[in-house]
Amino acid sequence: MSLGKDLTGLEHMTAEQIRLILDTAEPFKEVSERPIKKVPALRGKTIVNLFFEASTRTRVSFEFAEKRLSADTVNVAATGSSVSKGETLVDTARNLEAMRIDMVVIRHPSSGTAEFLGNRIASNVINAGDGQHEHPTQALLDLLTIRDKHGKIEGLKVCLVGDVLHSRVARSNLWGLTKLGAEVAVCGPWTLMPRGIEELGVKVFGRIEEAIEWADVLNVLRLQLERMEKGFIPSLREYYRVFGVTPERLERSPRAITIMHPGPMNRGVEIDSRVADGPHSVILDQVTNGVAVRMAVLYLLAGGRAELADAAKGGSE
Amino acid sequence: MSRPILLQGGRIVDPSSDMDQAGDVLIQDGKIAGVGRGLKAPDGALVRNVTGKVIAPGLIDLHVHLREPGNEDEETVASGARAAAAGGFTAICAMPNTDPVTDNQAAVGFIVRQSGRAGLARVHPIGAVSIGQRGERLAEFGEMVGAGAVAVSDDGKPIVSSHLMRTALEYARTFDIPVADHCEDPTLSAGGVMHEGLVATRLGLKGIPAAAEEIMVARDVLLAELTGGHVHLCHISARGSVAIIRDAKERGVRVTAEATPHHLVLTDVACEEYDTHAKMNPPLRETMDVEALQGALKEGVIDCIASDHAPHAYDEKEAAFDDAPFGIVGLETAFAVAHTDLVGGGLFTLPELIRRMSTEPARVLHLPGGTLAPGTVADIVVLDPAAKWTVDPATFHSKSRNTPFTGRALTGRALLTMVAGAIVHDVESPPAAQA
Repeated sequence: MSLGKDLTGLEHMTAEQIRLILDTAEPFKEVSERPIKKVPALRGKTIVNLFFEASTRTRVSFEFAEKRLSADTVNVAATGSSVSKGETLVDTARNLEAMRIDMVVIRHPSSGTAEFLGNRIASNVINAGDGQHEHPTQALLDLLTIRDKHGKIEGLKVCLVGDVLHSRVARSNLWGLTKLGAEVAVCGPWTLMPRGIEELGVKVFGRIEEAIEWADVLNVLRLQLERMEKGFIPSLREYYRVFGVTPERLERSPRAITIMHPGPMNRGVEIDSRVADGPHSVILDQVTNGVAVRMAVLYLLAGGRAELADAAKGGSE
Repeated sequence: MSRPILLQGGRIVDPSSDMDQAGDVLIQDGKIAGVGRGLKAPDGALVRNVTGKVIAPGLIDLHVHLREPGNEDEETVASGARAAAAGGFTAICAMPNTDPVTDNQAAVGFIVRQSGRAGLARVHPIGAVSIGQRGERLAEFGEMVGAGAVAVSDDGKPIVSSHLMRTALEYARTFDIPVADHCEDPTLSAGGVMHEGLVATRLGLKGIPAAAEEIMVARDVLLAELTGGHVHLCHISARGSVAIIRDAKERGVRVTAEATPHHLVLTDVACEEYDTHAKMNPPLRETMDVEALQGALKEGVIDCIASDHAPHAYDEKEAAFDDAPFGIVGLETAFAVAHTDLVGGGLFTLPELIRRMSTEPARVLHLPGGTLAPGTVADIVVLDPAAKWTVDPATFHSKSRNTPFTGRALTGRALLTMVAGAIVHDVESPPAAQA
């Protein structure tokens, strides 16, 4: 089984492919715990991290994953010009291709751009977030973290909380969780719910209290401050009052609920600091797992075989 | 004047007189000289045997965008008129969103002159409603009509101000022309790139809700009722709009409406894989909308088919979905797409389709053509309803290639197009070879 040429999203992947990535990530976790955090699996490969949108966590996580696999990496931070983003993208693709690279990790503010690039170049393309479409490696690291914590994904009840309308993290999570047999719900104000979401087989909760009572896992999405300026919510203050995940609300949970957040957090808006830093939180485990998951994705797309992942890290520099 | 032409042995379809019979059509001095069986060819006449083919009044398209002046690399009046002739159209109406905007008599006269120079399908200019299409002050309707404008429209942009729409409808009455409106509430559609629905949710693209159109359709209908003016609603896409128009027509409001071939046959599913050739405004909607549009066209709630031919340079559509421009070309596929799906699908008869693509558009804008009545202008098309072909944009006469129908197998094609008795398109031999 292979992943194909590109990783553009989880919607069109099979459960087996997703499990393959999660299983391949397991042996790579240990690399980051070594004093010398480097294995030769991708030695000689050239990878471009092409970021058309600001990102710290995802870019750094990819860069660590690449470097720990011994790939040669270049970071290109191209802030998309408003007039000709599309043209720039076509030209960028052609230029990259001309330089004979092996892989591109792309982050772009427009949906569909990873697929657009993947259809135009022979190199492997990995989507590091495209517009409001997908952020597959974030969902994969979320899945790995849930599996670590609960020992399984199938049958778990996971609720995505907040700005689902604008969230690529929510879409990728929805596909990944559904394919692996979890029950998925979303919760947030109706102004931030995408049209037709119920038809995707998810529950919709209008109130956070109901979601907390139902869920085993809450994945709390970041609320972009501009949502208030654009009139989707009246104020951050009210958002916290109505939808904020607080210790008081969590006390009403009938089970040991797990709290996740893809970061960066707005403490005191979508999530209370005491929750983020509290015993239910696995937020930093998500970050740690991000590197392992991205190592697995890079390794598999480069043609590495899952059963050899352990051996691949064995060689010494 | 060109030599007489006798079209012999065709199926004559003329919706203006409910005619559907075998026979001949004689064209002389640019006019239809006779319709009937066993017509004699006058001396020197060109005789064309059209057995098994359909002789019909030339198709008329009330809504095209030619990019002259301003973007002649994408389309000119001449290239658009050539594409129209190839598609079986004898007349097309050019929207005023050129650069500069066609908002005065000189600009309107320029389109008329370019049309005359091309000598292909007739190009009737539509003038702008407001100066610069800025939605502020009325353009000079009277002078534009004097120069040849057949309607006014700010198409490409909605007329946002209800007051401007009201005064435009009232003022247009003086000249007996309709105000053609692109119905879109910009506060609801802002930033949207496709229909708001499940496909947009999955693709993570910002949607344009059907209500953005329906609200403006409702407003325009109310203002037409208030003023007694004639409003023509462009490219209707949503089933809710159909219901409002039906209701208005039952009340006797002076409203007419058009639908495009693509809205009649495609849904938002065409946007899958971020296909920018399925990006247009209004957007492709859902199956229930397509069915409602087809039914409305059949009933006459929607009066006619118009292509909304919108040429764009090849590389403009080669972009992220958000960044690609709206619009597709349609002149060379309109008849075949509608024929394949609507007639081939059994919902329409061929005469019903020709009514919606010729007779009715002529009536809506009071244009010549749309009929084969003897004595009227010889704007005629000969169609081969059995011709099977596959859409290959490289063969288009239009300067642009942006179509969602590439590779689609279609049935039906224009063989011969004639404007005022002169052949402007002939599949069998190029027009230059004709005497």
